[in-house]
Amino acid sequence: MFAEFLQFLLSGITIGAIYALAGLGFSIIYNSSHVINFAQGEFIMVGAMSTVALVGTGVPLPVAILIAIVATMLVGLALEKFAIEPARNADVVTLIIITIGASIFLRGVAQVLWGKDFHSLRAFTGDTPINIMGATIVPQSLWVLGVTMVVIIALGWFFSRTLAGKAMLATSYNRLAAQLCGIAVKRVLMLSFGLSAMLGAIGGIVVTPITFTSYEAGIMLGLKGFTAAVLGGLGNGAGAVVGGLIVGVAEAMGAGYISSAYKDAIAFVIILFVLFFMPSGLFGKRATDRV
Amino acid sequence: MQRNRYIGLAVLAIVIALLPLAFSNNYHYDIAILAGFNAIVCVGLNLLVGYAGQISLGHAGFFALGAYASGILTTRYGVPPLLALLSGAVFVGFLAFVLARPILRLKGHYLAMATLGIGIIISIVLNTESWITGGPDGLMTDAFSVAGVALTTEKTWYWVVGGLLLFAVWLALNIIDSPIGRALRALHGSEVGAQVVGVDTTQYKVLVFVISAVFASVVGSLFAHYVGLMTPTSAGFMKSVELVAMVVFGGMASTYGAVVGAAILTSLPQFLATLHDYEAVVLGAVLMGTMIFMPRGLLPTMVRLIRRWGQ
Amino acid sequence: MSLLRVEKLSKEFGGVHAVEDLSFSVSRGTIHSIIGPNGAGKTTLFNLITGIYQPTSGKVFLEDEEITNRPVHALAAKGMSRTFQNLQIFFNMTALENVMVGHHLHLDRRLLPALLHMGTLVRRDRECRDYCIELMEFVGCGKYRNSDAASMPYGALKRLEIARALASKPKLLLLDEPAAGLNATESREIDEVIKKVAAQGVTVVLVEHDMKMVMGISDHILALDYGRKLAEGTPAEVGSNPDVVAAYLGAAV
Repeated sequence: MFAEFLQFLLSGITIGAIYALAGLGFSIIYNSSHVINFAQGEFIMVGAMSTVALVGTGVPLPVAILIAIVATMLVGLALEKFAIEPARNADVVTLIIITIGASIFLRGVAQVLWGKDFHSLRAFTGDTPINIMGATIVPQSLWVLGVTMVVIIALGWFFSRTLAGKAMLATSYNRLAAQLCGIAVKRVLMLSFGLSAMLGAIGGIVVTPITFTSYEAGIMLGLKGFTAAVLGGLGNGAGAVVGGLIVGVAEAMGAGYISSAYKDAIAFVIILFVLFFMPSGLFGKRATDRV
Repeated sequence: MQRNRYIGLAVLAIVIALLPLAFSNNYHYDIAILAGFNAIVCVGLNLLVGYAGQISLGHAGFFALGAYASGILTTRYGVPPLLALLSGAVFVGFLAFVLARPILRLKGHYLAMATLGIGIIISIVLNTESWITGGPDGLMTDAFSVAGVALTTEKTWYWVVGGLLLFAVWLALNIIDSPIGRALRALHGSEVGAQVVGVDTTQYKVLVFVISAVFASVVGSLFAHYVGLMTPTSAGFMKSVELVAMVVFGGMASTYGAVVGAAILTSLPQFLATLHDYEAVVLGAVLMGTMIFMPRGLLPTMVRLIRRWGQ
Repeated sequence: MSLLRVEKLSKEFGGVHAVEDLSFSVSRGTIHSIIGPNGAGKTTLFNLITGIYQPTSGKVFLEDEEITNRPVHALAAKGMSRTFQNLQIFFNMTALENVMVGHHLHLDRRLLPALLHMGTLVRRDRECRDYCIELMEFVGCGKYRNSDAASMPYGALKRLEIARALASKPKLLLLDEPAAGLNATESREIDEVIKKVAAQGVTVVLVEHDMKMVMGISDHILALDYGRKLAEGTPAEVGSNPDVVAAYLGAAV
């Protein structure tokens, strides 16, 4: 009984960590630009798929990972520069369509480059499962959790200690005031897309040995990342992390105890519940419209 | 205004009447019929997205529910197709009505995500409850028939769909040019501005959501009979995105624009068959390009250019 | 009997009292102005009266019927309409259509006649069109009847909003700084429009920043400062009130 519960909990937390990284990506871009980037999931996919491709050509894994992260960041920067910036003053619907268009485009390119097959990566440090009180965990899960924790701590440091991070925070609170203080808002925008792409790529790479990846893998991961971000309160970094873990665990428990066929539906039931009954999420502030 | 409307309808009727002259085989009819189906859905969806300014990324769900309602009622319970179609429409309309109130309180990204979630949940249910839906293998549906006369050939379907498209456009134009239509456009322009002159904006959002869902459901029913096999992918997220793409590409808040958008985006991939692998790349690029370079959509932008050129 | 009555109305935003314990009443057929420096709570008061904000405490009555916490659109049906300081125009419609939306409650709003484009609905729509053109002439923006609202100059949009509000045939019309951002000539013309509206029997409540401007047209003035009532009375009384002068000049008296 308990072992089973623990098993579901562990796998939930592992996948939840990836949702958390995706949710953080959503929040960072949302904070700096008020854009919801529907292509966030594609960052995850591009990171994972390009690592797979590089490893396939014989590049050593650590080098492949580095190159893949940089490549994904370039994709993020290009998205901001060529698709978001030209439509700066567009309304929400337009921006939604643009980022959806970008996500379809990236999926299409991935399909042309790498085909429609599922791909995997070798686990970073072996496949021997570790036994914890009757439940088992693969070493890669530890990698996922460890890397996610390091990334979150690094982000916390970035936003509280560095000038660039503080500039991003300032921009999210008040764009105009930040601009008046001499913050280059345009560069903040670029930075936020680069940073989000990096988070997505890292998440995608570390989780691929467990979940496999394909050109379509980003859709669900991205949408669940969004669920995480909204659950935690859109724009709230810590909220996104907690939201990601909740979504991951709820999904694993639902799949384990209720029905595995409805596993993917759980995140969407959660998001509808949150949107209907507590639209500002767990930790978000309630916004009032000004007339 | 009044005269414009009948000129537009006449042009559309002439195009529908003359188009078969360019067809050389059933495949061409097939593409035109599918474009017509999409166009009718888009004319309804445009009332919601283009005129009332409320995005939906879940309308494929309503389309599929209509389709499955028809498929299940006719094949498993022997209900006559027309009655099944109407039952499906009533069911979808009711579902949309129940969902509309909580959903349409949301705005922008939140609304997009909630409608998307509903669409995905519908497609997962259709995929999973295979005892009644046939699951991933799909559901076979018989030909559509009314009073013993069955619609079988592509040619008859073409004229039926063409006629329905004209009817749908006429209905949409009527709504837009009525107090209801002005209320919808007004709540898009300024919700509080509409409220202070007495427009119950929630009620109108619910109304247009239900109308657009019923449009999708009816077309879904016909589609199920036409293709004969429904699969849950037709409820999927991508199908919803394609529908919205047709509306925004053709021209938001332009009924004929929605028709043009549906026609082009349905037929383009067929003509680019050699570029089949690049379909997603092209669709994505078209979406981004339209929104960046002509955010009003194809038809309104062209009309504008022609007017400016004429001056 | 007063048309509008406000009783002990208060609104707090996170500890800040935007409106505090405010009571006043507006008699039928008058022009009632609310003045006060920036941040005095004038627009908040309008938003409370018209149901856009819910008061923290207090009540609002229209014709002795309590209307506190009623939805915004329901108040229009009771005969209240308003304009906005920062314009809430439907920029996706033509100027004339903007005004026609104002007439919404007096039209056939049923779905079936609309879907089928039925004759009665079309006829009433046509009458509405003519009526709304008249209203646009009345407020002085008739020449824009066929223009898109998005292409109109600021001054004309201010008039358009008044026409839209009038199209709902209000008993009570609340105008939020109708002359803000206009030049002297335009302001005077708006004054004339307001007088004409009042002469037709519509009760007008006017928010204005500029005290001098409202002196000429108001029957009654309410002066606010920091959300509280500073003074109330005829223009002459309020104009000579030392507190009002102090609030405006910032001088200790």
